[in-house]
Amino acid sequence: MFIGEWIDVGPLSAIPMRGARTVPVAGGEEVALFRTGDNQVFALVNRCPHKNGPLSQGIVHGHAVSCPLHNWRISLATGEALGEDKGCTPTIPVKVDGGRVLLCRSSTLKAAA
Amino acid sequence: MDFQGQIAADDGTEDAGGDSRPHLIVVGNGMAGCRAIEELLERDPRRYRVTIFGAEPHVNYNRIMLSPVLAGEKTFEQIVINDRAWYDDNGIDLITDDPVVAIDRVAKTVTARSGKTARYDKLLIATGSDPFIIPVPGKDLPGVISFRDMKDVDHMLAAADKGGEAVVIGGGLLGLEAAHGLSLRGMKVTVIHLMQTLMERQLDEAASWLLKSALEARGQTILTGADTAEIVGETEVEGVRLKDGRLIPASLVVMAVGIRPSVALARDAGLAVGRAIQVDDHMVTSDADVLAVGECVEHDGQVYGLVAPLWDMCRALADGLVGNPSGYRGSVTSTKLKVSGIDVFSAGDFGGSGESEDIVLRDASRGVYKRVVVKDDRIVGAVLYGDTADGNWYFDLMKKGEDISPVRELLIFGQAFAQGGGQADPKAAVAALSDDAEICGCNGVSKGKVVATIEGGACTLDAVRASCKASASCGSCTGLVEQLLALTLGEDYGGERTVKTLCKCTSFGHADVRREIVAQGMKSIPEVMQQMSWSTPDGCSSCRPALNYYLLCAWPGEYVDDQQSRFVNERMHANIQKDGTYSVVPRMWGGITNPRELRAIADVVEKYDAPMVKVTGGQRLDIFGIKKEDLPAVWADLNAAGMVSGHAYGKSLRTVKTCVGSEWCRFGTQDSTGLGVQLERMSWGSWMPHKFKIAVSGCPRNCAEATIKDFGVVCVDSGYELHVGGNGGIKVRATDLLCKVTTEQQALDYCAAFIQLYREEAFYLERTAPWIERVGLAYIQARIVEDEVGREALTSRFLYSQNFSQDDPWAARAAGAEREQHAHLGEFRPIEAIAAE
Ligand code: SRM
Ligand SMILES: Cc1cc2nc3c(=O)[nH]c(=O)nc-3n(C[C@H](O)[C@H](O)[C@H](O)COP(=O)(O)OP(=O)(O)OC[C@H]3O[C@@H](n4cnc5c(N)ncnc54)[C@H](O)[C@@H]3O)c2cc1C
Ligand code: SF4
Ligand code: FES
Repeated sequence: MFIGEWIDVGPLSAIPMRGARTVPVAGGEEVALFRTGDNQVFALVNRCPHKNGPLSQGIVHGHAVSCPLHNWRISLATGEALGEDKGCTPTIPVKVDGGRVLLCRSSTLKAAA
Repeated sequence: MDFQGQIAADDGTEDAGGDSRPHLIVVGNGMAGCRAIEELLERDPRRYRVTIFGAEPHVNYNRIMLSPVLAGEKTFEQIVINDRAWYDDNGIDLITDDPVVAIDRVAKTVTARSGKTARYDKLLIATGSDPFIIPVPGKDLPGVISFRDMKDVDHMLAAADKGGEAVVIGGGLLGLEAAHGLSLRGMKVTVIHLMQTLMERQLDEAASWLLKSALEARGQTILTGADTAEIVGETEVEGVRLKDGRLIPASLVVMAVGIRPSVALARDAGLAVGRAIQVDDHMVTSDADVLAVGECVEHDGQVYGLVAPLWDMCRALADGLVGNPSGYRGSVTSTKLKVSGIDVFSAGDFGGSGESEDIVLRDASRGVYKRVVVKDDRIVGAVLYGDTADGNWYFDLMKKGEDISPVRELLIFGQAFAQGGGQADPKAAVAALSDDAEICGCNGVSKGKVVATIEGGACTLDAVRASCKASASCGSCTGLVEQLLALTLGEDYGGERTVKTLCKCTSFGHADVRREIVAQGMKSIPEVMQQMSWSTPDGCSSCRPALNYYLLCAWPGEYVDDQQSRFVNERMHANIQKDGTYSVVPRMWGGITNPRELRAIADVVEKYDAPMVKVTGGQRLDIFGIKKEDLPAVWADLNAAGMVSGHAYGKSLRTVKTCVGSEWCRFGTQDSTGLGVQLERMSWGSWMPHKFKIAVSGCPRNCAEATIKDFGVVCVDSGYELHVGGNGGIKVRATDLLCKVTTEQQALDYCAAFIQLYREEAFYLERTAPWIERVGLAYIQARIVEDEVGREALTSRFLYSQNFSQDDPWAARAAGAEREQHAHLGEFRPIEAIAAE
């Protein structure tokens, strides 16, 4: 692992439990960071595969988020639409270290480009 | 053995006291250091001459048992792992109470605080961790301690002898064990925890909630989401002040907020240190002759804070030391809380990288919550509360990565069931229960009794509930009773209940949930989910908003709204648009406006470049295209002109449409505009099952379209006709006439009563029109018109709850509340980040 490959985007405590925060990417698409009820963190491009709804504004339940626009359920782990719906949102490697949330630089650039 | 003499004479020769074996020095007489030596002795008792330096004045004891010592369940003697005789018998030189202060890797010596120096061939660093002390004012006051070693326990015992109040900062494993011990010792304990839920790293919200309730029931005060500002006191600690200003008095403060690997010694010696001392698979550091083990090491990027990984590390270390390297590959850990009578178990990271699925079992009467996370037919995590008997079984299946598909159906019932008859059929499991097995814990109904009831003619769940009470209280045995119905009636059983459930997470309908929230006095979402046996850990986007509303309605002023259980519009206090921007509709009381308001709206439109402003169908102005970041500023500008939120986004009062009425209109019979404003002032801000619209028309020409509103008033010469249950939306429904009243005050009181009845009895997302069709107009009239006492009670309950909801949510946000809802977490600027390095 190279130093600088993981970029600190803020403290975990600033993401509400069962909620999300956003991180704009210079020259790219916004990233949504989700924190679930069992305290896991996931990162997805902030865009629903259906009609581009901002997933960060949806209701987080289990390891899924329900899109705020038309209620598609998106898996936070894979970005895939669940149930009958078909579509996928890019996911981004994220990790928590010492209470800080770190995003993988190269993957973020690739996914959010 | 006169070790000190030898050291004093040590001139660097390999031979100490005639012993020519290589010299292994261990720094740290703790759990890992001593276990490593035990492992080594087991493999080759003669290979090394061993010296151990310990900072503590004790022989090696079991640190994890300090909690039972504090709680009075064990004595220090009972937790000693290796007594003096062990060191002597194995020829180990133990130097206690003398920490090593320096390592010279060139000379290959260590120097202790006392000045003693010793030469090593191999050095093992096992210094463990130091408690993390949060840097707040007062942290050094006497009476502020950590919880790490026997000295700390002695401190706490001395403090507890004097009684009084204690504060434990940190609601993790360690903090809760300290709190438990101190409260058993008679202190009044408050736990302060920064996060919203206890043990958030090990437990999910559901289990945390159970834990919190159990600790509170034992008399502890648990403050979550509480941030320590300072520890106050003159010469010794007197209390803890939180950032929100609260002061909690205490004569003892225990800081248990976390640990930091103890690496100073290694860092000073120039060893590679990351988050901790970096080691390879054989526990060798960046210096081939220096090893490290325990909490002070970082292996493959991981640092551990539990003992199980140490055991694995010590095996690999000893294998390497005797020239038979095996290699350590990292550990999977599980956690148990050592508080007698409260069983908590957790293992794995319930995240996983792909699709995972939850299997949840809740048994409210026994206070049990079990959740097993399965991915690709393998267990990846488990949280157990109340019944942890199967924790090790799940953990074992998880570590081995076993395919659980053959026992999937019964997995959650535990090993005994799943491996019982080998039949993976829940019905068979129920059939196998004995006649006196308890089915319904709440009402003490046995299987025999339920079967007899069914055989006696109760052929449906409701009939069983009515006759023998089984499943009539918390309902967690509903599944079992249904299986007994199926078993007993065979083909004749009509199948599961026809009641529409609230959502897929529960077998209860809206009415059941609403009734039980009030009957059982349930006050939080996790509590409802536990008591009513939700089948998911934290619900879904259908049930969470419903439960949030039901609780809010049942406990005005008491229930704390859960923002994360609200749909986006209610969370953002604006309507989301298809492009992710928001629209803003300020309230215009009764549809009346003035130049000041119009000017403010015009200014906002210009200042924020709103692409459109439009007159709505509800007689107001709607500003479109505002970004979530700009919302607070927009609201601040509108507030400044006296405007508040119009709740155009809420399941709440929307608009009160009015016509001009007697003030201007030649046909007007009453002041319809004035009454509309009064109705709106009374009912704005109230949360309801669905949106609610009101209109007041000044005469039967009905220009305000009052007869397609949820509550409509049509003024006539002799008074006011009150109409209810209209809808102009998807399915148009004209109102029913509720009654006629003669005064404005009556119109207001009846309206309040009607809203409250709707709030208390309708299902979430049911508008008044379908609600009235469901319960019938006669019922509404009986409650509102005929029952005068009941109506007055409804009115006063509504007005009471309005005390808590008539704060403009925009004003709070404009002033900075929930700022994070409108701001980005951080920014991602890859180019600059690279440049900065
Ligand atoms: C803005 C407005 C249209 C307009 O430009 O005039 C409007 C806009 C929306 N209406 Fe409406 N309705 C508006 C007046 C109405 C009216 C007329 C009225 O209130 O007198 C009706 C029929 C009356 C009624 O409700 O009975 C109306 C019946 C609906 C319905 C169907 C409700 C039903 O029970 O059948 C929906 C869908 C729903 O609520 O589930 C809806 C839903 C919506 C939503 C919230 C759709 C959505 O979920 O995003 C639209 C939000 C747009 C936005 O972002 O602001 N809107 N909507 C009107 C806002 C009034 C206000 O000042 O607050
Ligand atoms: C109250 C309590 C309860 C716990 N409960 C559990 C539990 O239930 N389950 C679980 O898995 N884990 C539990 N733990 C954690 C567990 O005790 C540790 O993971 C384990 O003790 C770590 O072993 P170690 O040898 O790395 O560190 P330690 O056991 O701390 O040993 C390190 C030793 O090195 C000494 N030392 C440090 N610096 C020097 C120096 N320069 N010179 C000489 N000596 C030095 C220290 O004084 C200490 O004696 C608990 C911990 C505590 C405090
Ligand atoms: S009628 Fe349909 S399109 Fe128009 S505002 Fe209402 S919901 Fe939107
Ligand atoms: S845009 Fe997400 S569900 Fe339609």
